[in-house]
Amino acid sequence: MTQSPAPGGAPLVGIVLVSHSARVAESVADLATGLSGGATKVPVVPAGGAPDGGLGTSSDLIAEAARSADQGAGVAVLADLGSAVLTVKALLADEELPPGARLVDAPFLEGAVAAVVTASTGADLDTVRSAAAEAYTFRKI
Amino acid sequence: MGRAGLHSGSALGLTSADPRRVLTAPPPFPVACVDAACVESVERHPMNALPADGPTIDAAFLRRWLDAATTAVDREAAQLSELDSPIGDADHGTNMRRGFLAARSAIEQEPPDTPGGVLVAVGRQLISTVGGASGPLYGTLLRRAGKALGDEPAVSAAQLRDALRVGVDAVAQLGGAAPGDKTMLDALLPALDALTGALDAGGSTAEALDAAAAAADEGARATIPLRARKGRASYLGERSVGHQDPGATSSALLLAALADTAKEAAV
Repeated sequence: MTQSPAPGGAPLVGIVLVSHSARVAESVADLATGLSGGATKVPVVPAGGAPDGGLGTSSDLIAEAARSADQGAGVAVLADLGSAVLTVKALLADEELPPGARLVDAPFLEGAVAAVVTASTGADLDTVRSAAAEAYTFRKI
Repeated sequence: MGRAGLHSGSALGLTSADPRRVLTAPPPFPVACVDAACVESVERHPMNALPADGPTIDAAFLRRWLDAATTAVDREAAQLSELDSPIGDADHGTNMRRGFLAARSAIEQEPPDTPGGVLVAVGRQLISTVGGASGPLYGTLLRRAGKALGDEPAVSAAQLRDALRVGVDAVAQLGGAAPGDKTMLDALLPALDALTGALDAGGSTAEALDAAAAAADEGARATIPLRARKGRASYLGERSVGHQDPGATSSALLLAALADTAKEAAV
């Protein structure tokens, strides 16, 4: 499942977007990819919705998304609320995500945009995490 | 459930109990032991298990608990979702039913042979099938407790209590909740204390788990006047007051199933 980096390219940090809603996760992935130039090679993988497809969280989808986003440079996982955050934490605590996967403490949409744009520059996981977390400080008024 | 009031009754009056009264079968070994190792091997044999400090809880016991818990969650699913509707998203019962039905069928297909193995397997199923916050929370509780039990073929009530303590601590850390935040911890923490109190007083496994279930039920009811500080209900602030917490209620249900399982096994 792991996506290989483009031939000759260094591996990029992968981004996993975990939302209660499959459509929210997919749309935020589209938005973040689009705002970072559209042609980015950053693997951005949505993992939204419950196991039955309704609102909720699926640990299997998350684990699959993290494996698929892992090029070897680490995976930044952003989650929206409640069970999405708790499920990622439980999976990390039980080492069920790739070794380089980290939960990023960031606002979901703004953090996703910051993470994808930063990852597309070839930045490492720590830099991607800081950029996403910094999105908390962007006030709108 | 209606267990309120059982707590004090079952935690008291245990001193007259003969700790060996549930010796149900003759020792399978010759009893003319000449050394301590022989005595120990006879006493450690499951058929000679002592009530609370003997290894009375094996994989079959926890599989019976899972069956009882699944039946209870299935029966109470509508009630759990109803509790979840004024302060949550009305899916607690549905989620728990989905998780426990999946866990029961997974364990029937591939039954683990240790009590720790049963808890780890149930926890894994809950994390992957519940779909709400109770999945990672109960899943973490049971997986951590199961890992703490290790590979023992059978454990005592005190060992189970210690393992559950590890699991509950992990839940508190995962969810970041404290006692009084109107969460499952408000049922689980009093249950652990009651379990410890009853075991310290010399109670049998069944008596100690009954005390734990009663304390959990009492703890769940005591969440009614609390204001939620965790989860979706916390957005409601003062409006969360006056409703019993669904997570504390399901915790009490799971512990009641554990107490019933012990009662039926007379351990």
